[in-house]
Amino acid sequence: MVEFTLPKNSKPTKGKSYPAPAGAKNVKRFDVYRYDPDTDANPHIDSYDVDMDTCGPMVLDALLKIKDEMDQTLTLRRSCREGICGSCSMNIDGGNTLACLKPIEDCKGAVKVYPLPHMPVIKDLVPDLTHVYAQYTSIEPWMKTDTPPPSSGERLQSPEEREKLDGLWECILCFCCSTSCPSYWWNGDRYLGPAILLQAARWINDSRDEATGERLDNLEDPFRLYRCHTIMNCTNTCPKGLNPAKAIADIKMKLVERAG
Amino acid sequence: MTQAAKPAARPLSPHLQVYRLPLAAWMSITHRITGIGLTIGTLLLVWWIGAAAMGPEAYAQFTGFIGSPLGYLILLGFSVALFYHLCNGIRHLFWDVGMNFEIAQTKRGNLLVLVGTILLTAVSWVLALRP
Repeated sequence: MVEFTLPKNSKPTKGKSYPAPAGAKNVKRFDVYRYDPDTDANPHIDSYDVDMDTCGPMVLDALLKIKDEMDQTLTLRRSCREGICGSCSMNIDGGNTLACLKPIEDCKGAVKVYPLPHMPVIKDLVPDLTHVYAQYTSIEPWMKTDTPPPSSGERLQSPEEREKLDGLWECILCFCCSTSCPSYWWNGDRYLGPAILLQAARWINDSRDEATGERLDNLEDPFRLYRCHTIMNCTNTCPKGLNPAKAIADIKMKLVERAG
Repeated sequence: MTQAAKPAARPLSPHLQVYRLPLAAWMSITHRITGIGLTIGTLLLVWWIGAAAMGPEAYAQFTGFIGSPLGYLILLGFSVALFYHLCNGIRHLFWDVGMNFEIAQTKRGNLLVLVGTILLTAVSWVLALRP
């Protein structure tokens, strides 16, 4: 359902301020969303003044510096710190991206850091991804075949067939796109969202997969697929430079072609 | 913890409150708003045709209203909405056949739709107000 405002328990309040260490000359402020599930308090925004002369260039560097040196209670997901794992996806400076790929110098003024939008928050910058993962499972993201594999053991693809997966296989499931999509905000309970639909396209376009018809049947639904209204937030925000909107259009066209 | 805390309802993370919507997103919202506006505006058209059928008095009443400053303002809004919805609708047709999905093309499309709206509105008002 469309709800423009946040529920009562979700409205952030002003939190604490953490000053920069004495003598710091090059200071940047980070306003970070905090939520502690062990208290009944609403989420709040804590301000950290970070000494940039001793900080790495990316937003993730600053967040880890805050966690190491200023406030150990700050909670976030991170792993590879080079845009491969998709763990540190969050809303930075008004857009969804990976903290490890976002240069601090790209943010004017205070750097505002929030969890991925319109998601249930477990703690601080950690959203609950149970629902998107369940949606991912629903598209059966594995190769489905009826025919026995060739005696050589491998199902082969021509270079042209393999090329059709370019722009799809690179997705790291960080969900920046899905959580940037107003349609997903309002109808995420039933609409699959750009990340999952791009994954669906990845299997539909795989020449080795033999369940294309069944996959298309599954998507032919006013909500699961057709809540996409080409708002383009997904493509505009993807930190990997992929194009979920185009992948969704591709599925829609395949459904039309199939109808004849 | 000695005792499991009562599971509180998880807060919803901010969305519209913090998301800096790109121009393309604003234009998508505007497409919807103009669509609704055009639907309501069609009632004016019904009034016009109905008044013409009902006789000179009813027709004079209609032209009196639509010729007033408020009437002109409504007509201006209606024509802007019409041409915006038309231009953006054509863009949706391109999207429907899988074209113009790259970010640079989207930006160019934004500009084309906005310029097209202004141009078409201006041309039709110049033609309409011509002495």
